[in-house]
Amino acid sequence: MSGALALSAPEQAPVLRPAVRVTSLTKVFGSGRTAVTALDDISLTVGQGELVCILGASGCGKSTLLNLVAGLERPTRGSVECAGQPSFMFQEAALFPWLSVERNVELPLRLRHVPGAARRARVAELLDLVQLGSFARRQPHELSGGMRQRVALARALAHEAEVLLMDEPFGALDAMTRDILHDELERIWLATGRTILFVTHNVREAARLGDRIVLLTSRPGRVAETFPVDITRPRRIEDADVAALARRVTASLREEVARHGA
Amino acid sequence: MALDLPHGADIVGRLRPAVPGTARGRREVAGLDALETTAVPGPSIARRAWAAMWPKALAIAIVLAAWEAVVWSGWRPQYVLPPPSAVLERLRAELGTPELWGAVLTTLRRAVWAFGLAMAIGITVGMLVSRFRVLRTAIGSLIMGLQTMPSIAWFPLAILLFRLSEEAITFVVVLGAAPSVANGLIHGVDHIPPVLTRVGRVLGARGLAAYRYVILPAALPSFMGGLKQGWAFAWRSLMAGELIVVIANRTSLGQLLQVNRELADSQGMLAIMLVILMIGVVLDSLVFGTIERGIRRRRGLLAT
Repeated sequence: MSGALALSAPEQAPVLRPAVRVTSLTKVFGSGRTAVTALDDISLTVGQGELVCILGASGCGKSTLLNLVAGLERPTRGSVECAGQPSFMFQEAALFPWLSVERNVELPLRLRHVPGAARRARVAELLDLVQLGSFARRQPHELSGGMRQRVALARALAHEAEVLLMDEPFGALDAMTRDILHDELERIWLATGRTILFVTHNVREAARLGDRIVLLTSRPGRVAETFPVDITRPRRIEDADVAALARRVTASLREEVARHGA
Repeated sequence: MALDLPHGADIVGRLRPAVPGTARGRREVAGLDALETTAVPGPSIARRAWAAMWPKALAIAIVLAAWEAVVWSGWRPQYVLPPPSAVLERLRAELGTPELWGAVLTTLRRAVWAFGLAMAIGITVGMLVSRFRVLRTAIGSLIMGLQTMPSIAWFPLAILLFRLSEEAITFVVVLGAAPSVANGLIHGVDHIPPVLTRVGRVLGARGLAAYRYVILPAALPSFMGGLKQGWAFAWRSLMAGELIVVIANRTSLGQLLQVNRELADSQGMLAIMLVILMIGVVLDSLVFGTIERGIRRRRGLLAT
Protein backbone atom coordinates (compact mmCIF):
# COMPACT_ATOMS: atom_id res chain seq x y z
CA MET A 1 0.00 0.00 0.00
CA SER A 2 2.89 2.39 0.66
CA GLY A 3 3.87 2.25 -2.99
CA ALA A 4 0.51 3.65 -3.94
CA LEU A 5 1.14 7.06 -2.46
CA ALA A 6 4.34 7.60 -4.36
CA LEU A 7 2.50 7.08 -7.63
CA SER A 8 -0.37 9.42 -6.94
CA ALA A 9 1.24 12.65 -8.09
CA PRO A 10 2.78 11.98 -11.49
CA GLU A 11 2.90 15.64 -12.58
CA GLN A 12 5.23 16.60 -9.74
CA ALA A 13 7.19 13.38 -9.87
CA PRO A 14 10.29 13.28 -12.08
CA VAL A 15 9.16 12.26 -15.56
CA LEU A 16 9.29 8.50 -15.79
CA ARG A 17 10.54 6.64 -18.83
CA PRO A 18 7.76 7.15 -21.37
CA ALA A 19 5.77 4.00 -22.17
CA VAL A 20 3.73 5.58 -24.94
CA ARG A 21 4.76 8.57 -27.02
CA VAL A 22 2.42 9.99 -29.62
CA THR A 23 3.92 12.77 -31.73
CA SER A 24 1.92 15.10 -34.03
CA LEU A 25 -0.44 12.25 -34.79
CA THR A 26 -3.02 12.83 -37.51
CA LYS A 27 -5.50 10.29 -38.79
CA VAL A 28 -7.69 10.92 -41.81
CA PHE A 29 -10.30 8.38 -42.93
CA GLY A 30 -11.25 8.30 -46.59
CA SER A 31 -9.96 10.76 -49.16
CA GLY A 32 -11.03 13.71 -51.27
CA ARG A 33 -14.27 15.40 -50.38
CA THR A 34 -15.49 12.58 -48.11
CA ALA A 35 -12.32 12.64 -46.02
CA VAL A 36 -12.88 12.82 -42.27
CA THR A 37 -10.11 13.97 -39.99
CA ALA A 38 -10.52 11.86 -36.86
CA LEU A 39 -7.40 13.02 -35.07
CA ASP A 40 -5.50 16.23 -35.74
CA ASP A 41 -1.95 16.78 -34.57
CA ILE A 42 -2.18 14.96 -31.26
CA SER A 43 0.88 14.79 -29.06
CA LEU A 44 0.82 12.87 -25.83
CA THR A 45 3.36 11.18 -23.61
CA VAL A 46 2.40 8.57 -21.06
CA GLY A 47 5.00 7.75 -18.44
CA GLN A 48 5.72 4.22 -17.34
CA GLY A 49 3.22 3.10 -14.70
CA GLU A 50 0.95 6.05 -15.35
CA LEU A 51 -2.84 5.76 -15.68
CA VAL A 52 -4.01 8.34 -18.19
CA CYS A 53 -7.68 8.82 -19.00
CA ILE A 54 -8.61 10.06 -22.47
CA LEU A 55 -11.91 11.86 -22.16
CA GLY A 56 -14.16 13.15 -24.90
CA ALA A 57 -17.62 13.14 -26.39
CA SER A 58 -18.73 10.27 -28.59
CA GLY A 59 -17.09 10.27 -32.00
CA CYS A 60 -14.10 12.38 -31.02
CA GLY A 61 -11.62 9.75 -32.12
CA LYS A 62 -10.77 8.31 -28.72
CA SER A 63 -11.02 4.74 -29.96
CA THR A 64 -9.10 5.63 -33.10
CA LEU A 65 -6.27 6.87 -30.90
CA LEU A 66 -6.14 3.55 -29.06
CA ASN A 67 -6.28 1.60 -32.33
CA LEU A 68 -3.33 3.61 -33.60
CA VAL A 69 -1.35 2.97 -30.42
CA ALA A 70 -2.18 -0.74 -30.69
CA GLY A 71 -1.02 -0.78 -34.31
CA LEU A 72 -4.46 -1.90 -35.52
CA GLU A 73 -4.50 1.15 -37.80
CA ARG A 74 -1.80 3.17 -39.51
CA PRO A 75 -1.35 6.89 -38.83
CA THR A 76 -1.82 9.33 -41.73
CA ARG A 77 0.90 11.60 -40.32
CA GLY A 78 2.98 11.66 -37.18
CA SER A 79 4.26 8.75 -35.17
CA VAL A 80 3.36 6.41 -32.36
CA GLU A 81 5.91 4.79 -30.13
CA CYS A 82 4.91 2.19 -27.60
CA ALA A 83 6.91 0.02 -25.22
CA GLY A 84 6.22 -3.33 -26.83
CA GLN A 85 2.97 -4.61 -28.30
CA PRO A 86 0.26 -3.26 -25.98
CA SER A 87 -2.60 -5.29 -24.60
CA PHE A 88 -6.17 -4.23 -25.33
CA MET A 89 -9.49 -4.39 -23.51
CA PHE A 90 -12.77 -3.49 -25.22
CA GLN A 91 -16.20 -2.41 -24.11
CA GLU A 92 -17.36 -5.98 -24.73
CA ALA A 93 -15.48 -8.60 -22.77
CA ALA A 94 -15.16 -10.56 -26.04
CA LEU A 95 -14.23 -13.74 -24.22
CA PHE A 96 -13.94 -16.80 -26.44
CA PRO A 97 -17.22 -18.58 -25.73
CA TRP A 98 -15.81 -22.04 -26.46
CA LEU A 99 -13.10 -21.72 -23.81
CA SER A 100 -13.54 -21.89 -20.06
CA VAL A 101 -12.53 -18.91 -17.94
CA GLU A 102 -9.08 -20.32 -17.23
CA ARG A 103 -8.50 -21.27 -20.87
CA ASN A 104 -9.41 -17.77 -21.96
CA VAL A 105 -6.83 -16.33 -19.61
CA GLU A 106 -4.35 -18.98 -20.68
CA LEU A 107 -4.60 -18.27 -24.41
CA PRO A 108 -2.15 -15.34 -24.61
CA LEU A 109 0.38 -17.46 -22.69
CA ARG A 110 -0.19 -20.39 -25.03
CA LEU A 111 0.32 -18.10 -28.02
CA ARG A 112 3.69 -17.10 -26.59
CA HIS A 113 4.61 -20.78 -26.07
CA VAL A 114 4.91 -20.50 -22.29
CA PRO A 115 5.42 -24.06 -20.95
CA GLY A 116 2.43 -25.80 -19.36
CA ALA A 117 3.34 -25.68 -15.67
CA ALA A 118 4.30 -22.00 -15.80
CA ARG A 119 1.10 -21.31 -17.71
CA ARG A 120 -1.13 -22.91 -15.12
CA ALA A 121 0.61 -21.14 -12.26
CA ARG A 122 0.30 -17.77 -13.98
CA VAL A 123 -3.39 -18.33 -14.78
CA ALA A 124 -4.14 -19.19 -11.16
CA GLU A 125 -2.27 -16.11 -10.04
CA LEU A 126 -4.15 -13.83 -12.43
CA LEU A 127 -7.55 -15.28 -11.58
CA ASP A 128 -6.81 -14.69 -7.90
CA LEU A 129 -5.80 -11.15 -8.77
CA VAL A 130 -9.21 -10.45 -10.34
CA GLN A 131 -10.83 -12.51 -7.56
CA LEU A 132 -12.34 -15.16 -9.78
CA GLY A 133 -10.25 -18.10 -8.59
CA SER A 134 -13.24 -20.31 -7.91
CA PHE A 135 -14.76 -19.61 -11.35
CA ALA A 136 -11.78 -20.98 -13.30
CA ARG A 137 -13.70 -23.87 -14.85
CA ARG A 138 -16.87 -21.98 -15.70
CA GLN A 139 -17.80 -21.03 -19.24
CA PRO A 140 -18.07 -17.31 -20.03
CA HIS A 141 -21.85 -17.46 -20.54
CA GLU A 142 -22.27 -18.55 -16.94
CA LEU A 143 -20.78 -15.30 -15.65
CA SER A 144 -22.31 -11.87 -15.15
CA GLY A 145 -21.21 -8.88 -17.23
CA GLY A 146 -18.93 -7.56 -14.50
CA MET A 147 -17.28 -10.93 -13.99
CA ARG A 148 -16.72 -11.28 -17.72
CA GLN A 149 -14.94 -7.93 -17.79
CA ARG A 150 -12.76 -9.11 -14.92
CA VAL A 151 -11.85 -12.22 -16.91
CA ALA A 152 -11.09 -9.99 -19.89
CA LEU A 153 -8.83 -7.93 -17.64
CA ALA A 154 -7.03 -11.05 -16.44
CA ARG A 155 -6.62 -12.16 -20.06
CA ALA A 156 -5.26 -8.75 -21.03
CA LEU A 157 -2.79 -8.93 -18.12
CA ALA A 158 -1.73 -12.44 -19.19
CA HIS A 159 -0.47 -10.83 -22.36
CA GLU A 160 2.37 -9.47 -20.16
CA ALA A 161 2.39 -6.24 -22.12
CA GLU A 162 3.79 -3.20 -20.41
CA VAL A 163 1.00 -1.02 -21.76
CA LEU A 164 -2.69 -1.78 -21.33
CA LEU A 165 -5.16 0.03 -23.57
CA MET A 166 -8.74 0.14 -22.32
CA ASP A 167 -11.53 1.30 -24.61
CA GLU A 168 -14.52 2.15 -22.38
CA PRO A 169 -14.16 -1.22 -20.69
CA PHE A 170 -16.88 -0.58 -18.11
CA GLY A 171 -19.20 1.37 -20.40
CA ALA A 172 -21.76 -1.40 -20.70
CA LEU A 173 -21.98 -2.22 -17.00
CA ASP A 174 -24.47 -1.03 -14.38
CA ALA A 175 -23.27 1.73 -12.07
CA MET A 176 -22.76 -0.47 -9.03
CA THR A 177 -20.73 -3.09 -10.85
CA ARG A 178 -18.72 -0.34 -12.51
CA ASP A 179 -18.00 1.15 -9.11
CA ILE A 180 -16.65 -2.17 -7.87
CA LEU A 181 -14.55 -2.64 -10.98
CA HIS A 182 -13.03 0.81 -10.53
CA ASP A 183 -11.81 -0.33 -7.12
CA GLU A 184 -10.55 -3.56 -8.65
CA LEU A 185 -8.78 -1.84 -11.50
CA GLU A 186 -7.08 0.63 -9.18
CA ARG A 187 -5.94 -2.15 -6.86
CA ILE A 188 -4.65 -4.27 -9.76
CA TRP A 189 -2.95 -1.31 -11.39
CA LEU A 190 -1.17 -0.47 -8.12
CA ALA A 191 -0.21 -4.13 -7.70
CA THR A 192 1.12 -4.69 -11.21
CA GLY A 193 2.54 -1.27 -12.10
CA ARG A 194 1.24 -1.39 -15.68
CA THR A 195 0.87 1.69 -17.83
CA ILE A 196 -2.80 2.22 -18.64
CA LEU A 197 -4.37 4.36 -21.33
CA PHE A 198 -8.05 4.44 -20.44
CA VAL A 199 -10.63 5.86 -22.84
CA THR A 200 -13.99 6.98 -21.50
CA HIS A 201 -16.77 9.50 -22.01
CA ASN A 202 -17.64 9.39 -18.33
CA VAL A 203 -16.10 12.40 -16.53
CA ARG A 204 -16.54 10.94 -13.06
CA GLU A 205 -14.88 7.73 -14.14
CA ALA A 206 -11.90 9.67 -15.51
CA ALA A 207 -11.59 11.68 -12.28
CA ARG A 208 -11.94 8.50 -10.22
CA LEU A 209 -9.22 6.59 -12.03
CA GLY A 210 -6.73 8.83 -13.79
CA ASP A 211 -3.38 10.26 -12.82
CA ARG A 212 -4.07 12.67 -15.61
CA ILE A 213 -7.11 13.45 -17.73
CA VAL A 214 -6.61 14.38 -21.36
CA LEU A 215 -9.66 16.12 -22.79
CA LEU A 216 -10.15 15.66 -26.54
CA THR A 217 -12.23 17.88 -28.79
CA SER A 218 -14.55 16.45 -31.42
CA ARG A 219 -14.13 16.50 -35.20
CA PRO A 220 -11.26 16.79 -35.51
CA GLY A 221 -9.95 15.27 -32.30
CA ARG A 222 -7.39 17.55 -30.72
CA VAL A 223 -6.05 17.78 -27.19
CA ALA A 224 -8.16 20.55 -25.63
CA GLU A 225 -6.81 20.48 -22.14
CA THR A 226 -4.91 18.28 -19.72
CA PHE A 227 -5.92 18.00 -16.08
CA PRO A 228 -3.47 16.58 -13.58
CA VAL A 229 -5.35 14.60 -10.93
CA ASP A 230 -3.77 15.15 -7.55
CA ILE A 231 -6.08 13.12 -5.36
CA THR A 232 -4.67 10.47 -3.05
CA ARG A 233 -5.44 6.82 -3.72
CA PRO A 234 -7.33 4.71 -3.06
CA ARG A 235 -10.14 6.99 -4.19
CA ARG A 236 -13.85 6.54 -4.27
CA ILE A 237 -16.17 7.83 -6.93
CA GLU A 238 -18.19 9.78 -4.35
CA ASP A 239 -15.14 11.55 -2.84
CA ALA A 240 -15.58 15.33 -2.67
CA ASP A 241 -12.26 15.88 -4.46
CA VAL A 242 -13.28 13.57 -7.31
CA ALA A 243 -16.63 15.36 -7.61
CA ALA A 244 -14.98 18.80 -7.60
CA LEU A 245 -12.53 17.81 -10.32
CA ALA A 246 -15.33 16.24 -12.34
CA ARG A 247 -17.21 19.54 -12.17
CA ARG A 248 -14.20 21.45 -13.47
CA VAL A 249 -13.64 19.00 -16.29
CA THR A 250 -17.33 18.99 -17.18
CA ALA A 251 -17.35 22.80 -17.41
CA SER A 252 -14.41 22.61 -19.78
CA LEU A 253 -16.07 19.85 -21.79
CA ARG A 254 -19.27 21.92 -22.10
CA GLU A 255 -17.27 24.86 -23.42
CA GLU A 256 -15.69 22.59 -26.00
CA VAL A 257 -19.01 21.18 -27.07
CA ALA A 258 -20.54 24.69 -27.30
CA ARG A 259 -17.62 25.96 -29.35
CA HIS A 260 -17.98 23.18 -31.88
CA GLY A 261 -21.74 23.23 -31.91
CA ALA A 262 -21.94 19.47 -31.55
CA MET B 1 4.61 -8.18 -6.83
CA ALA B 2 2.18 -7.51 -4.03
CA LEU B 3 -0.80 -9.52 -5.15
CA ASP B 4 -2.43 -9.60 -1.76
CA LEU B 5 -3.10 -5.90 -1.36
CA PRO B 6 -6.29 -5.16 0.51
CA HIS B 7 -8.64 -3.97 -2.19
CA GLY B 8 -10.51 -1.33 -0.25
CA ALA B 9 -14.07 -1.68 0.90
CA ASP B 10 -16.28 -2.95 -1.88
CA ILE B 11 -20.05 -2.80 -1.79
CA VAL B 12 -20.31 -5.97 0.23
CA GLY B 13 -17.67 -4.69 2.60
CA ARG B 14 -19.63 -1.55 3.28
CA LEU B 15 -22.87 -3.30 3.96
CA ARG B 16 -21.27 -5.89 6.15
CA PRO B 17 -18.10 -4.96 8.10
CA ALA B 18 -15.24 -7.09 6.83
CA VAL B 19 -14.68 -10.15 8.99
CA PRO B 20 -11.30 -11.83 8.65
CA GLY B 21 -11.79 -15.15 6.88
CA THR B 22 -15.08 -14.29 5.23
CA ALA B 23 -16.05 -16.91 2.66
CA ARG B 24 -14.00 -16.26 -0.46
CA GLY B 25 -16.92 -17.00 -2.73
CA ARG B 26 -19.00 -14.24 -1.17
CA ARG B 27 -16.24 -11.72 -1.74
CA GLU B 28 -15.78 -12.82 -5.35
CA VAL B 29 -19.41 -12.44 -6.29
CA ALA B 30 -19.95 -8.90 -5.21
CA GLY B 31 -22.62 -6.35 -5.94
CA LEU B 32 -25.10 -7.00 -8.71
CA ASP B 33 -22.97 -9.90 -9.90
CA ALA B 34 -24.51 -11.93 -7.13
CA LEU B 35 -27.94 -11.40 -8.59
CA GLU B 36 -26.91 -12.41 -12.09
CA THR B 37 -25.37 -15.78 -11.36
CA THR B 38 -27.94 -18.22 -10.15
CA ALA B 39 -27.43 -21.93 -10.57
CA VAL B 40 -30.61 -23.68 -11.66
CA PRO B 41 -30.57 -27.42 -10.91
CA GLY B 42 -31.39 -29.52 -14.00
CA PRO B 43 -34.23 -32.04 -14.12
CA SER B 44 -33.54 -35.72 -13.40
CA ILE B 45 -32.32 -38.08 -16.13
CA ALA B 46 -35.54 -40.11 -16.19
CA ARG B 47 -37.62 -36.99 -16.61
CA ARG B 48 -35.35 -35.72 -19.39
CA ALA B 49 -35.46 -39.08 -21.21
CA TRP B 50 -39.24 -39.13 -20.98
CA ALA B 51 -39.44 -35.54 -22.23
CA ALA B 52 -37.24 -36.48 -25.20
CA MET B 53 -39.02 -39.77 -25.96
CA TRP B 54 -42.74 -39.19 -25.82
CA PRO B 55 -43.06 -36.71 -28.70
CA LYS B 56 -41.04 -39.06 -30.92
CA ALA B 57 -43.11 -42.09 -29.91
CA LEU B 58 -46.33 -40.19 -30.56
CA ALA B 59 -45.15 -39.02 -33.99
CA ILE B 60 -44.22 -42.60 -34.98
CA ALA B 61 -47.60 -43.87 -33.78
CA ILE B 62 -49.41 -41.25 -35.86
CA VAL B 63 -47.44 -42.15 -39.00
CA LEU B 64 -48.09 -45.87 -38.52
CA ALA B 65 -51.79 -45.21 -37.96
CA ALA B 66 -52.02 -43.15 -41.14
CA TRP B 67 -50.22 -45.85 -43.09
CA GLU B 68 -52.56 -48.51 -41.70
CA ALA B 69 -55.57 -46.34 -42.61
CA VAL B 70 -54.39 -45.99 -46.22
CA VAL B 71 -53.96 -49.78 -46.47
CA TRP B 72 -57.45 -50.37 -45.00
CA SER B 73 -58.99 -47.95 -47.47
CA GLY B 74 -58.05 -50.42 -50.19
CA TRP B 75 -56.41 -47.74 -52.34
CA ARG B 76 -53.77 -50.27 -53.50
CA PRO B 77 -53.77 -54.05 -53.14
CA GLN B 78 -51.82 -55.36 -50.13
CA TYR B 79 -49.13 -57.07 -52.23
CA VAL B 80 -48.18 -53.56 -53.47
CA LEU B 81 -48.68 -51.62 -50.24
CA PRO B 82 -48.50 -53.98 -47.27
CA PRO B 83 -49.72 -52.86 -43.82
CA PRO B 84 -47.13 -51.71 -41.24
CA SER B 85 -47.71 -54.78 -39.10
CA ALA B 86 -46.59 -57.09 -41.93
CA VAL B 87 -43.59 -54.89 -42.76
CA LEU B 88 -42.47 -54.74 -39.14
CA GLU B 89 -42.83 -58.51 -38.87
CA ARG B 90 -40.72 -58.89 -42.02
CA LEU B 91 -38.17 -56.41 -40.67
CA ARG B 92 -37.86 -58.47 -37.49
CA ALA B 93 -37.22 -61.58 -39.58
CA GLU B 94 -34.70 -59.80 -41.83
CA LEU B 95 -32.79 -58.49 -38.83
CA GLY B 96 -32.10 -62.11 -37.91
CA THR B 97 -30.33 -62.85 -41.21
CA PRO B 98 -26.60 -62.34 -41.78
CA GLU B 99 -27.37 -61.08 -45.29
CA LEU B 100 -28.96 -57.87 -44.02
CA TRP B 101 -26.17 -57.18 -41.53
CA GLY B 102 -23.58 -57.78 -44.24
CA ALA B 103 -25.38 -55.27 -46.45
CA VAL B 104 -25.57 -52.72 -43.62
CA LEU B 105 -21.86 -53.15 -42.99
CA THR B 106 -20.94 -52.72 -46.68
CA THR B 107 -23.07 -49.61 -46.99
CA LEU B 108 -21.82 -48.05 -43.75
CA ARG B 109 -18.22 -48.75 -44.66
CA ARG B 110 -18.69 -46.98 -47.99
CA ALA B 111 -20.47 -44.10 -46.29
CA VAL B 112 -17.80 -43.56 -43.65
CA TRP B 113 -14.94 -43.79 -46.13
CA ALA B 114 -16.50 -41.44 -48.69
CA PHE B 115 -17.72 -38.98 -46.06
CA GLY B 116 -14.28 -38.90 -44.46
CA LEU B 117 -12.77 -38.11 -47.85
CA ALA B 118 -15.43 -35.44 -48.46
CA MET B 119 -14.62 -33.88 -45.08
CA ALA B 120 -10.89 -33.74 -45.82
CA ILE B 121 -11.50 -32.12 -49.21
CA GLY B 122 -14.24 -29.82 -47.95
CA ILE B 123 -12.20 -28.55 -45.00
CA THR B 124 -9.12 -27.92 -47.15
CA VAL B 125 -11.08 -26.08 -49.83
CA GLY B 126 -13.15 -24.19 -47.24
CA MET B 127 -10.07 -22.98 -45.39
CA LEU B 128 -8.34 -21.86 -48.57
CA VAL B 129 -11.43 -20.05 -49.88
CA SER B 130 -12.09 -18.29 -46.57
CA ARG B 131 -8.44 -17.25 -46.38
CA PHE B 132 -7.75 -15.99 -49.91
CA ARG B 133 -10.07 -13.43 -51.45
CA VAL B 134 -8.98 -14.35 -54.96
CA LEU B 135 -10.01 -17.96 -54.46
CA ARG B 136 -13.37 -16.88 -53.12
CA THR B 137 -14.03 -14.74 -56.17
CA ALA B 138 -12.87 -17.57 -58.40
CA ILE B 139 -14.70 -20.57 -56.95
CA GLY B 140 -16.97 -19.32 -54.16
CA SER B 141 -20.11 -19.34 -56.27
CA LEU B 142 -19.03 -22.55 -58.00
CA ILE B 143 -19.05 -24.34 -54.64
CA MET B 144 -22.51 -22.95 -54.00
CA GLY B 145 -23.62 -24.24 -57.41
CA LEU B 146 -22.12 -27.68 -56.84
CA GLN B 147 -24.09 -27.90 -53.62
CA THR B 148 -27.38 -27.51 -55.51
CA MET B 149 -26.45 -30.00 -58.23
CA PRO B 150 -28.36 -33.27 -57.71
CA SER B 151 -25.68 -35.86 -57.13
CA ILE B 152 -27.45 -38.46 -59.23
CA ALA B 153 -26.64 -36.27 -62.24
CA TRP B 154 -22.99 -37.19 -61.72
CA PHE B 155 -23.54 -40.93 -62.13
CA PRO B 156 -23.39 -41.17 -65.91
CA LEU B 157 -20.01 -39.44 -65.85
CA ALA B 158 -18.86 -41.47 -62.84
CA ILE B 159 -19.74 -44.74 -64.60
CA LEU B 160 -17.91 -43.68 -67.75
CA LEU B 161 -14.86 -42.68 -65.71
CA PHE B 162 -14.73 -45.56 -63.24
CA ARG B 163 -17.12 -48.19 -64.71
CA LEU B 164 -19.41 -49.98 -62.25
CA SER B 165 -17.01 -49.87 -59.33
CA GLU B 166 -16.54 -48.68 -55.74
CA GLU B 167 -14.67 -45.68 -57.11
CA ALA B 168 -17.72 -44.55 -59.06
CA ILE B 169 -19.81 -44.57 -55.88
CA THR B 170 -17.13 -42.81 -53.85
CA PHE B 171 -16.71 -40.19 -56.57
CA VAL B 172 -20.39 -39.28 -56.51
CA VAL B 173 -20.74 -39.35 -52.72
CA VAL B 174 -17.72 -37.08 -52.31
CA LEU B 175 -19.06 -34.66 -54.90
CA GLY B 176 -22.37 -34.66 -53.09
CA ALA B 177 -20.97 -34.02 -49.61
CA ALA B 178 -17.77 -31.97 -49.98
CA PRO B 179 -19.42 -28.71 -51.18
CA SER B 180 -21.68 -28.66 -48.12
CA VAL B 181 -18.74 -29.21 -45.81
CA ALA B 182 -16.74 -26.46 -47.51
CA ASN B 183 -19.69 -24.09 -47.51
CA GLY B 184 -20.38 -24.71 -43.82
CA LEU B 185 -16.81 -23.76 -43.01
CA ILE B 186 -16.79 -20.67 -45.26
CA HIS B 187 -20.11 -19.54 -43.85
CA GLY B 188 -18.85 -20.12 -40.31
CA VAL B 189 -15.70 -18.05 -40.89
CA ASP B 190 -17.75 -15.26 -42.52
CA HIS B 191 -19.99 -14.99 -39.47
CA ILE B 192 -17.37 -14.80 -36.74
CA PRO B 193 -18.02 -11.66 -34.67
CA PRO B 194 -15.25 -9.22 -35.74
CA VAL B 195 -14.45 -8.41 -32.12
CA LEU B 196 -13.27 -12.00 -31.58
CA THR B 197 -10.81 -11.89 -34.48
CA ARG B 198 -9.67 -8.48 -33.25
CA VAL B 199 -9.08 -9.77 -29.74
CA GLY B 200 -7.23 -12.72 -31.22
CA ARG B 201 -4.98 -10.37 -33.16
CA VAL B 202 -4.35 -8.16 -30.13
CA LEU B 203 -3.47 -11.22 -28.02
CA GLY B 204 -0.92 -12.25 -30.62
CA ALA B 205 -2.73 -14.89 -32.68
CA ARG B 206 -1.45 -14.59 -36.24
CA GLY B 207 -1.29 -16.87 -39.26
CA LEU B 208 -1.86 -20.55 -38.49
CA ALA B 209 -2.16 -19.88 -34.75
CA ALA B 210 -5.09 -17.55 -35.46
CA TYR B 211 -6.78 -20.41 -37.35
CA ARG B 212 -6.12 -22.94 -34.67
CA TYR B 213 -7.06 -20.91 -31.62
CA VAL B 214 -9.60 -18.39 -32.88
CA ILE B 215 -11.02 -18.80 -36.38
CA LEU B 216 -11.75 -22.53 -36.53
CA PRO B 217 -13.26 -22.80 -33.03
CA ALA B 218 -15.32 -19.67 -33.63
CA ALA B 219 -16.62 -21.12 -36.91
CA LEU B 220 -17.42 -24.50 -35.38
CA PRO B 221 -21.21 -24.14 -34.86
CA SER B 222 -21.82 -23.22 -38.51
CA PHE B 223 -19.32 -25.80 -39.60
CA MET B 224 -21.28 -28.50 -37.73
CA GLY B 225 -24.33 -27.44 -39.74
CA GLY B 226 -22.32 -27.95 -42.93
CA LEU B 227 -21.13 -31.37 -41.74
CA LYS B 228 -24.68 -32.45 -40.99
CA GLN B 229 -25.92 -31.34 -44.37
CA GLY B 230 -22.90 -32.94 -45.99
CA TRP B 231 -23.69 -36.21 -44.26
CA ALA B 232 -27.32 -36.05 -45.43
CA PHE B 233 -26.18 -35.49 -49.02
CA ALA B 234 -23.60 -38.26 -48.72
CA TRP B 235 -26.18 -40.73 -47.46
CA ARG B 236 -28.62 -39.83 -50.24
CA SER B 237 -25.97 -40.02 -52.95
CA LEU B 238 -24.81 -43.36 -51.59
CA MET B 239 -28.32 -44.83 -51.80
CA ALA B 240 -28.70 -43.55 -55.36
CA GLY B 241 -25.32 -45.01 -56.18
CA GLU B 242 -26.09 -48.40 -54.73
CA LEU B 243 -29.30 -48.61 -56.74
CA ILE B 244 -27.44 -47.90 -59.95
CA VAL B 245 -23.97 -49.33 -59.46
CA VAL B 246 -24.41 -52.98 -58.62
CA ILE B 247 -21.21 -54.78 -57.77
CA ALA B 248 -21.26 -58.56 -57.86
CA ASN B 249 -20.83 -60.51 -54.62
CA ARG B 250 -21.05 -57.37 -52.48
CA THR B 251 -24.56 -56.96 -51.14
CA SER B 252 -25.45 -53.47 -50.01
CA LEU B 253 -28.64 -51.87 -48.72
CA GLY B 254 -29.36 -50.16 -52.04
CA GLN B 255 -28.82 -53.40 -53.84
CA LEU B 256 -31.22 -55.28 -51.53
CA LEU B 257 -33.80 -52.60 -52.23
CA GLN B 258 -33.37 -53.07 -55.98
CA VAL B 259 -33.52 -56.88 -55.76
CA ASN B 260 -36.73 -56.70 -53.71
CA ARG B 261 -38.28 -54.40 -56.28
CA GLU B 262 -37.34 -56.77 -59.11
CA LEU B 263 -38.92 -59.65 -57.20
CA ALA B 264 -42.00 -57.47 -56.53
CA ASP B 265 -41.45 -58.15 -52.82
CA SER B 266 -42.84 -54.92 -51.42
CA GLN B 267 -42.74 -56.14 -47.80
CA GLY B 268 -39.00 -56.73 -48.07
CA MET B 269 -38.53 -53.44 -49.90
CA LEU B 270 -40.30 -51.43 -47.23
CA ALA B 271 -38.41 -53.28 -44.50
CA ILE B 272 -35.09 -52.25 -46.12
CA MET B 273 -36.37 -48.69 -46.47
CA LEU B 274 -37.06 -48.64 -42.75
CA VAL B 275 -33.51 -49.82 -42.08
CA ILE B 276 -32.12 -47.02 -44.28
CA LEU B 277 -34.31 -44.47 -42.52
CA MET B 278 -33.36 -45.71 -39.08
CA ILE B 279 -29.64 -45.57 -39.83
CA GLY B 280 -30.09 -41.98 -41.01
CA VAL B 281 -32.04 -40.98 -37.91
CA VAL B 282 -29.71 -42.72 -35.48
CA LEU B 283 -26.57 -41.21 -37.00
CA ASP B 284 -28.10 -37.77 -37.16
CA SER B 285 -29.37 -37.66 -33.61
CA LEU B 286 -26.70 -39.76 -31.90
CA VAL B 287 -23.54 -38.63 -33.64
CA PHE B 288 -24.24 -35.14 -34.99
CA GLY B 289 -26.94 -34.26 -32.48
CA THR B 290 -24.74 -35.15 -29.52
CA ILE B 291 -21.74 -33.23 -30.82
CA GLU B 292 -23.86 -30.22 -31.72
CA ARG B 293 -25.62 -30.14 -28.36
CA GLY B 294 -22.23 -30.35 -26.63
CA ILE B 295 -20.94 -27.39 -28.62
CA ARG B 296 -24.04 -25.32 -27.97
CA ARG B 297 -24.18 -26.14 -24.27
CA ARG B 298 -20.55 -25.15 -23.86
CA ARG B 299 -21.17 -21.77 -25.49
CA GLY B 300 -24.43 -21.11 -23.68
CA LEU B 301 -26.49 -21.34 -26.88
CA LEU B 302 -28.84 -23.99 -25.54
CA ALA B 303 -32.27 -22.79 -24.47
CA THR B 304 -33.17 -24.29 -21.13
